[in-house]
Amino acid sequence: MSNPERLSFISGVGRSASGRRLGRTAMDLTLDAALEAIADAGLTRDDIDGIATYPGGDAIMSRGFGGPSAAAVQDALRLDLNYLYGSGEGSAQLGSIIEASMAIAAGIAKHVLVFRTVTESTMQGMGGRNPAGGMARAGGFLSQFGAVSATNWFAQVAQLHMHKYGTTKEQLGQIALTCRTNAGVNPRAVYRDPITMDDYLSARMISTPLCLLDCDVPVDGSTAMVVSHVDYAKDAPKPSAFINAVGTAQYGRPSWDQYEDMTSMMAQGVAKQMWSRTDLKPSDVDVAELYDGFSIITLAWIEALGFAPQGEGGAFIEGGQRIARTGELPINTHGGQLSEGRLHGYGHVYEAVVQLRGEAGERQIPDAEVIVAANGGGPIAGAMLLTKGYTS
Amino acid sequence: MAIDLDILKVRIAPQEDPETDFFWASGQDGKLRFKRCQDCGFYSHPPTPRCPKCLSANMAPEAVSGKATVLTYTVNVQQWVPGQEPYIIAIVTMDEQDGLRLTTLLAGVELDDPEIIGKRVEVRFLARDDVWYPTFVPEGAPA
Repeated sequence: MSNPERLSFISGVGRSASGRRLGRTAMDLTLDAALEAIADAGLTRDDIDGIATYPGGDAIMSRGFGGPSAAAVQDALRLDLNYLYGSGEGSAQLGSIIEASMAIAAGIAKHVLVFRTVTESTMQGMGGRNPAGGMARAGGFLSQFGAVSATNWFAQVAQLHMHKYGTTKEQLGQIALTCRTNAGVNPRAVYRDPITMDDYLSARMISTPLCLLDCDVPVDGSTAMVVSHVDYAKDAPKPSAFINAVGTAQYGRPSWDQYEDMTSMMAQGVAKQMWSRTDLKPSDVDVAELYDGFSIITLAWIEALGFAPQGEGGAFIEGGQRIARTGELPINTHGGQLSEGRLHGYGHVYEAVVQLRGEAGERQIPDAEVIVAANGGGPIAGAMLLTKGYTS
Repeated sequence: MAIDLDILKVRIAPQEDPETDFFWASGQDGKLRFKRCQDCGFYSHPPTPRCPKCLSANMAPEAVSGKATVLTYTVNVQQWVPGQEPYIIAIVTMDEQDGLRLTTLLAGVELDDPEIIGKRVEVRFLARDDVWYPTFVPEGAPA
């Protein structure tokens, strides 16, 4: 099976400082990450002939949810480009990386700089960020009823999952605990002090059944990557993150409250499509970097990707052994957004690349060769299967 | 005693939109309305100018019974608005059609009621600034 996405790989990664209220501009952080990614790929800025970003648009208007526009970064680096893309629609945050891959497969560009920048933490201290960020598709018929936060929307998913399948709060807590344990060996994580199940169960309630420790932590930071044509792999300093298959499907109503099976999410179609594009199977996956804007999203991805049947994700993560770094399916080895901080999807992809390169230090999963990175929740989803070696 | 429907300190008003204005004004006569296809009978929410099922443009608002079943819910505790007491947000499915859902508020339901999912509810309206916000209460609750 040969897919167009296999014509590209992630040749370089970079990231800015990340943390709470850095007080730096989105462009400032973005250029740090971008220049690091370009150098990491063994390239110079003159090699970059494409830029793609999520969500695009204007960083100031979005109150920290979005970084600079693709065009603003093009101008800051004085680049001539064959391809430029920025959108908050598409396959979640990953959509921008997949667009880069498609532009390369189409022969439009050779080296595409992709980035995701957030300054939500600084914005929190400057009059507040947008409660629902740039989720334009949220639309009406929610906030008028006090459903003003994504926490409310996902809380209802969690509530129904518990009701229908008997999933427990303690099971959900394993996502938060696992992320925190992993963050403990990630020097860049915001929250590194261990937490216990008692800490989790007594954490401040936000919107039942989701408590503070079910919610990710807004940070400032930029993550950048270079997506290159596989022809460059033989010259690249670190050719070890090849795109094997992508999932971009949108099956069912793209809605926070009208999606048919509210215990799952748009993740279902994305996962189904991704697996249809590869000979690899869920049992081949060594590490899963699964979006965790809220703990329940990670559980939904575990089920959607087939690591556990629908409704049995709670039992799968019971006790936390399976999803620990020593388990059969290590998840969010960097601490996820729950503990490393919300780099908004790109943090998961960055960690996947670092793991495939064997550069994750104390948190390295031995022999990590196949990693799935999944972004988004609710009506927004995208996934990507990355492999250490090239597959034709 | 009548159930207090005014449970939010701040109401976010709907944006004016010719497609949805009827929905927010509907409660004026105590009835909840959804757009319904006049050809195939399919209800559409949020409202759309064409029937999403048969693609007919012959759509019109129609009153429904106002009776529904709670699909899922959450008790919002976080004070997004300072001083706001906890309240119940729910997604309800209207009796008229499987999948005809509305995100709404529940009133007259205890926050720690263990059987909110599956509860039978019916619509009431809170009028504020020429908007009639549908709110649901337990079926048969005093008017």
